[in-house]
Amino acid sequence: MTTETETHTQIAVEVAGLKVNALQDGSGPNIVVFHHSTGSPGWIPFYDLLAEHHTVTAIDMPGYGQSERPAWARHPRDIAILLHSAVHKMGLDNDAHMLGMGFGGWVAAELAAMHLHGLDSLILVGAAGVQPEEGEIADVIFYEFEEYVKLGFSSDEAYAEVFGDEAAPELKEIWDFSREMTARLTWKPWMFNRQLPYLLGEVETPTLLLWGEQDRVTPIGVAEVYDASLPNSTLQVIEGAGHLVELEKPQAAADAVNAFIAGL
Amino acid sequence: MFVGYFTERPYQDFESGWVGATGREIEDLGMTNGDYNPRIGAELYNRYLDEKVYAEEMGFDGLMLNEHHSTPFCMGGVMNVEAAILARITKRAKIVLLGNVLPIWEDPLWLAEELAEIDMISRGRLVTGWVRGTGRESVAHNSQAPFNWERFQEAHDFVVKAWSTPGPFRWEGEHYQYRYVNPWARPYQEPHPQIWIPGVMSRNTVKWCAEHRYPYVMLATEIEPTKQSFDYYDEVARENGYEASTEHHGYLFKVHVDETEELAEEAGRKYISGPANPFLEGNQGTVRSNLQNLPGLTSRTQLLPTVSTFAAAARGRQAERDAALAEQDAETDKQDADAFGTYEEQVNKYSIITGTPKTVIPKIRHVLEELRPGNIFFWDGDGAMNHDDAMRSLRLFGEEVIPAVREMGKELDLKGAFEVDTQTGAPMSGD
Repeated sequence: MTTETETHTQIAVEVAGLKVNALQDGSGPNIVVFHHSTGSPGWIPFYDLLAEHHTVTAIDMPGYGQSERPAWARHPRDIAILLHSAVHKMGLDNDAHMLGMGFGGWVAAELAAMHLHGLDSLILVGAAGVQPEEGEIADVIFYEFEEYVKLGFSSDEAYAEVFGDEAAPELKEIWDFSREMTARLTWKPWMFNRQLPYLLGEVETPTLLLWGEQDRVTPIGVAEVYDASLPNSTLQVIEGAGHLVELEKPQAAADAVNAFIAGL
Repeated sequence: MFVGYFTERPYQDFESGWVGATGREIEDLGMTNGDYNPRIGAELYNRYLDEKVYAEEMGFDGLMLNEHHSTPFCMGGVMNVEAAILARITKRAKIVLLGNVLPIWEDPLWLAEELAEIDMISRGRLVTGWVRGTGRESVAHNSQAPFNWERFQEAHDFVVKAWSTPGPFRWEGEHYQYRYVNPWARPYQEPHPQIWIPGVMSRNTVKWCAEHRYPYVMLATEIEPTKQSFDYYDEVARENGYEASTEHHGYLFKVHVDETEELAEEAGRKYISGPANPFLEGNQGTVRSNLQNLPGLTSRTQLLPTVSTFAAAARGRQAERDAALAEQDAETDKQDADAFGTYEEQVNKYSIITGTPKTVIPKIRHVLEELRPGNIFFWDGDGAMNHDDAMRSLRLFGEEVIPAVREMGKELDLKGAFEVDTQTGAPMSGD
């Protein structure tokens, strides 16, 4: 089902009996986007910047936003398999760049590991999914969830620029709802898969690892493990940005993605 | 009427700065066990066991233990060990476990075996009880919060089956899997020990409990909400084709008895000082709400409305937020003033009952008349109370209070779960 909204096209497909929703805009080569563990942000300026040169399809991952919950799902790989189907049903599976942010980056990496030749490229923005050699991926359990989102920025000021001093109740509701879904998918170990680095060794898809210089959620060590595991990856650090690169430095992030795709 | 004794067994280190208003913060899951002194722990474990033995001598029907993890307000992380010791060193009283935190057990077969051993060593004096635990317990043993309630129910079904169905059998559940269930230990009581469920307010737990006809023990809640929970229990009971009665209702409340009113007040104030349960109002500790409100511990399954504006929505709230902050500052001042009155307030609303037998007995009567529980527990010897405080009170309970309470129980017809079978409503042979 495809519906024209005021600004973006809304797409809905059914996968494993569940509705999966996406927003689409722009024209040109396809970029498919998976959001963070905090849920689907709706259409953000970063997507507009990508849509200047691409068709951007931002999917609400199953169990988040407007996509129904697979109550049986227990691992991001389950979500990756569902999204593999969803992307196919949206007609994007053999000609798309896949961009995953944070937890969505983990899902994208899982998908890449099972879909080796169908992707034009993989773009992981502050992705979770592998264990850093030092430090750890921030654990939402130990934060008030607004504090957790704040941790995604380089500073409280940077957070306030996007959300104000305190986020709106409806946003908090989304974060709360989303963290429940995330907690159904990852718990032990928290936010990574010990098998993934081995599986990524077979992924020859060109990959951009895009990281905020001051990522306090997925430390740069995570990017380094990805970089060491993937045979064809490039690590690029965005100066001054925290974990939520796309919210804090949308222009720099979009420039990096556009340049990476143009250079393939 | 069933009359039990309870203390939460706080870790009391009077040198630590955690007792009294020393300014040292008592924050839930915010205190390091680097400051734990096992020498103090050794004294306290033995003290609390001694007090339980004395409580039995003084005529209590039940010795209640509870379980919490990674926290100084309750030393019963492995209360089954304490229960096993009590099973051997006491003779008559029931050992009431309220309760094991079922969802955090990765291997509930082990729990079934432990409890069966305790029941045998005590020759059938175990009352078992199970809880979902707070967020703290899920964090401490890293149990996946969104499946807490499912795990509780499945572990319950599994343990009851392991106790009551001859093995071996196979269990391939959603959360627990066993290829060979055949524990070489079975409970002394047939078909298994009584199961009582302690709780606070959770409606789905009350409902589940009433569906199973298990006694529901409200833990130190205020009188009005306790009544409401009992009413809800009774309503569910009727929907399930039976009339609930006093034997299905339990109530834990704070009662301290002392030789003089002055001593009673001095000890009573200790309930809320020191590393006592920070959930309870007036206590010095603080709870971290995010650790209690873990993702999915209470499920939110509805689909959310679309938010297309995201950040813009937040910015629009800034003015509202500034206004709210100003209001909040005023509110904080007010709360500080309220905090001073907390001990007196708790006394006024029967959350803390303390006094000589003469003043305490009518207050207990008031609570019993209001709530009509057939099973009660007096919560004493807690907070910063020392051994002497606890022992004075236990002696007076035995000499004056318990006999008076038993008379009240008869007069008000409050029958406990060992007088009337909660499963059948049939009278029991008073053991």
